[in-house]
Amino acid sequence: MEILVCIKRVPMVGAALILTDDGTELDTRRLGFQLSPHEENAVEAAVQLVEKHGGSVTLLAMGTAESEEQLREQLAIGADRAIIALTDGSEPDPQATAAGLLEAIRADGAPFDLVLLGSESADVAGYQTGIRLAHALGLPVVTNVKGLSITDGVARCERAVGSEREVYEVPLPAVITVRDGLNIPRYPSVPGRIKARKKPVTTHEVTIGAPRIVKHRLVVPPATAKGTTVLEPNAEGAAALVEAFREIGVLS
Amino acid sequence: MILVLLDVDRDALDPVSLQVLTLSRGLDPDVQAVVAGDASVAAEAAAHGAGVVHVAEHPGLTDYAPRATAKAVVQLIASLSPAAVLAGGTPRGNEVMAHVAAFLDAPLATDCTSITMGAPFEVTRARWGGNLLEESSVTASMLLATIQPHAVAAEPSAAAGTVQAFTADLDDADLAVRIVERTGAAATGVTLAEARVVVSGGRGMGGSEPFAMLDDLAALLGGTVGCSRVVTSEGWRPHSEQVGQTGTKVAPDLYVACGISGATQHLAGCKNSKMIVAINTDGQAPIMQIADYAVVGDVHAFLPLLLAQARAASAG
Ligand SMILES: Cc1cc2nc3c(=O)[nH]c(=O)nc-3n(C[C@H](O)[C@H](O)[C@H](O)COP(=O)(O)OP(=O)(O)OC[C@H]3O[C@@H](n4cnc5c(N)ncnc54)[C@H](O)[C@@H]3O)c2cc1C
Ligand SMILES: Nc1ncnc2c1ncn2[C@@H]1O[C@H](COP(=O)(O)O)[C@@H](O)[C@H]1O
Repeated sequence: MEILVCIKRVPMVGAALILTDDGTELDTRRLGFQLSPHEENAVEAAVQLVEKHGGSVTLLAMGTAESEEQLREQLAIGADRAIIALTDGSEPDPQATAAGLLEAIRADGAPFDLVLLGSESADVAGYQTGIRLAHALGLPVVTNVKGLSITDGVARCERAVGSEREVYEVPLPAVITVRDGLNIPRYPSVPGRIKARKKPVTTHEVTIGAPRIVKHRLVVPPATAKGTTVLEPNAEGAAALVEAFREIGVLS
Repeated sequence: MILVLLDVDRDALDPVSLQVLTLSRGLDPDVQAVVAGDASVAAEAAAHGAGVVHVAEHPGLTDYAPRATAKAVVQLIASLSPAAVLAGGTPRGNEVMAHVAAFLDAPLATDCTSITMGAPFEVTRARWGGNLLEESSVTASMLLATIQPHAVAAEPSAAAGTVQAFTADLDDADLAVRIVERTGAAATGVTLAEARVVVSGGRGMGGSEPFAMLDDLAALLGGTVGCSRVVTSEGWRPHSEQVGQTGTKVAPDLYVACGISGATQHLAGCKNSKMIVAINTDGQAPIMQIADYAVVGDVHAFLPLLLAQARAASAG
């Protein structure tokens, strides 16, 4: 089974989101980068499927050359090769993202039985790249998947809705977008990291069209400043909490 | 005219759809709605301002089928030419609208908190799980957008709600993906998303056993247990209990965070709680800054004290 996983390098934001002076970007100068959780689950799912059914896992990241850091990290957990869809670093809108990924897939030329993405990216959260890509590739798409198995070329996909699960079945080739909770992603091993250094990473330059969603600025929503009451971790502190619980009626 | 896509599951209308109808009335007096296969919710939509409820009919539309629903909406758009098509920023709303956008090769702004009609359209939308807002303009002849849940409160406003059926022209590809089965029991007891009290644990709990104290406290307070992503990654608790950007979003009357640092992605799921109590050895942890009550101390020492007093109070 040939599997493609689309992953995106995003800043690792901590407790506060700091913007650049012009307010159009996150100030990433002091931040590390990572994959969004959903995409870690997508790579883990791909590696597990290939362990079970054979085949290979290809990774595709659109962005700057620095995406290689995240690609190597995921090659270390068992993916076989990677593609960078190289851009000038400006942020594409979701239509341009799907178009750029499509361009790189076409340029690469290899056919895939399964294309995996995250259900939404950590930063932009457009909820649409996978669906747009599926339309462009002429493939069916199931989104938001939290349970996945493949039998006789048919993917059984489960989506969590409350405590229920909706089941969808789709024959391959198909596009599937997955969520955190699908599996527990493994950590790269030392031998995995050593092997990853030698795995092929190819680059295709892609051109990004003018965005139709034009970002003017980013705003950190104002925090509702409330007076925090600091309590000691002792019986008096516990008594104060019990009193507060009673006041709001959660303890009789 | 604004066309609102209703999110319906087995005759039940998702409450976010009513919020979208309410928001739409503020943009245009002419609000109409569309639903696939199921006219049962027309009266409810009418009570929130839908002048007409268009019902897409097709033998294949027996249960949720995202691409088929989108195809029907695209056909309705062609005959109605709305100024905007809006849906709730719910899993189904976002999914069907992405299909609509892909069919039309048009931009889609998801999770909007506000919309201004015009050329171009101006929107504010949520990023990073709502920790950051983006102000953008959308260049299109018709706006496609989804609305962040709870961006506005639903308010009733009676309208005619005339039901107009139309036949959707669907092919096999449109109906290839649909629900074939449902598994797992419908919720019993208090569900995380709706609980009045959520008692959550993070890495500071140190393992799965100490969560028994959280189970006990949650039971006493008539609530349920939540956790951080570290806890689900460690396998201490199931992912269904994860609170945050990639877990469940909660807004209970009381949120108790035990040994949770308060990363932005966790706060994205709990910052709308009415009261937050945080127990943490680090007085400077971000969760302590947004808490109403911050207990600076070790959860393992403090939780037994709190439990004992809460038990005594509820027995007395
Ligand atoms: C895109 C994205 C999405 C994410 N989605 C989510 C999500 O949905 N939900 C989520 O939770 N996280 C999410 N995360 C992860 C998030 O960034 C944090 O890593 C995570 O929330 C941290 O969990 P934690 O607070 O339990 O652990 P830590 O950050 O390690 O904090 C542990 C805390 O416990 C305190 N502590 C330690 N020992 C004790 C003790 N004995 N008594 C009291 N306090 C103690 C420490 O002082 C510290 O504050 C996401 C990350 C990304 C990048
Ligand atoms: N620049 C990118 N490179 C690779 N994959 C991407 C990129 N942007 C988005 N994706 C994929 O598309 C998914 C959904 O993104 P979005 O539509 O932005 O929410 C992500 O989880 C990724 O799997």
